[in-house]
Amino acid sequence: MTLLRQTYLLLSKDLLLELRRRDSLLTMFFFGTLLLFVFHFAFDLSPDRIAELAPALLWLAFLFTGTLGLAQLFQAERDNHCLDALLLSPLDRGALFLAKTGFNFVLMFVVELVVIPLFWILFNLSAWNLLPQLFLVTLLGTVGFCTLGTITAAITLRARAKELLLPLVLFPLMIPVILATIRCMESIMKTGGMTEAMPWLRLLIGFDVIFLTIGILIFDWVIES
Amino acid sequence: MAQSTAAVKKRKGVLGGLALLAIIAGLCWSLLIAPPDGYQGEVQRIMYLHLPSILTAYLSYFLVFIGSGMYLWKREKKDDLLAHAAAELGVLFTALTIVEGSIWGKPTWGVWWTWDARLTLTAILLLIYAGYLMLRSLIDDEQRAASAAAILGIIGFFDIPLIHMSVYWWRTLHQPPSILRPDKKPWENVHPDMLTALAISFVGFLLLYFYLLSLRYRVGEMRQEIKALRLERGV
Repeated sequence: MTLLRQTYLLLSKDLLLELRRRDSLLTMFFFGTLLLFVFHFAFDLSPDRIAELAPALLWLAFLFTGTLGLAQLFQAERDNHCLDALLLSPLDRGALFLAKTGFNFVLMFVVELVVIPLFWILFNLSAWNLLPQLFLVTLLGTVGFCTLGTITAAITLRARAKELLLPLVLFPLMIPVILATIRCMESIMKTGGMTEAMPWLRLLIGFDVIFLTIGILIFDWVIES
Repeated sequence: MAQSTAAVKKRKGVLGGLALLAIIAGLCWSLLIAPPDGYQGEVQRIMYLHLPSILTAYLSYFLVFIGSGMYLWKREKKDDLLAHAAAELGVLFTALTIVEGSIWGKPTWGVWWTWDARLTLTAILLLIYAGYLMLRSLIDDEQRAASAAAILGIIGFFDIPLIHMSVYWWRTLHQPPSILRPDKKPWENVHPDMLTALAISFVGFLLLYFYLLSLRYRVGEMRQEIKALRLERGV
């Protein structure tokens, strides 16, 4: 119980800070939208091909915007040595992990909630009825991205050139999430149902559960000062 | 101290000599004695290097995992040195595997590279552990670098089965294993000379691996010693 309570307190602190400043959310949102334009110029897509490529393009955009968010994830703590204060307080490190994961998840998911419909509008896609299923897959994928992302953001925290190092370490580890989400969304867009996507969905849930657990267990070692 | 160093050096020399002998024997057996493959002909002989290199690389990543776990648990520098040495050798042997595979792939499949599951998995392993080495080199504080790398060594290891599963579902083209098959015993479907050649090659690679590992480990130790000496003399 204390774990959840501490997580809640830390998460609300981060969200309050973000609401006051809106640094990460705004930059992530504009970067995500910008990427849609870049994709359009790069591929010059015809309407019948766009539905095929939509999942891949969307996830590329989410990966890049998510990495942007992760690079800023511990910035507030670093600036005024707040991280040391947090670590000195009688706080479960697992709660810190959950709160940071949750915070990045909220940022990414808010961006995704806007970018996916925007994609549908900009590229004239008609399958609006599939959006709930696609959001479910996106949600699971984003959880996976944020769990492992928070761990990698924490271990690259004190590295030189950490913004460059983060995606280098994170993306290869992210392959299961990238493959599973994109294949899942493809089969949903092709068949209109979830049945064919089930194995991938299970893999995604497995990934989320495994790395949430590992994160809570090892964050003690990850964040030590 | 001096005598024990000499003894260690001697042991390492013996290990290196044995590795050299076993690799020469393995090459002789696989190039001269083992028969050419029924379908692929002479080019199949690259298998005698290909399989031992990837198995050695896997062993290496397992050692990274063990070293990382032990380091986080006991905080002893030697476990971190082991993980670091093993990661470097793992990257080396994975890169070798990919190069050998390309040379084998061109005549048999007609391409240097294809996005088949096992090839993709191997390439991802290379990327993960190259990232591991980069992470180490970019953190100045030595203790922090060691813990960060240990965390990556552990999560990387847990991620491998998931990556494996996802890329296998995605696609499979690589020839299925022909030696360890459920329907036949190894010596029934492969020429015994082929098996011997492979076994000798494998032993040779293992000896070479542990020889290199001990050398690389010693380099890490020597770096520690130099640092300690510098601190002592206030340089």
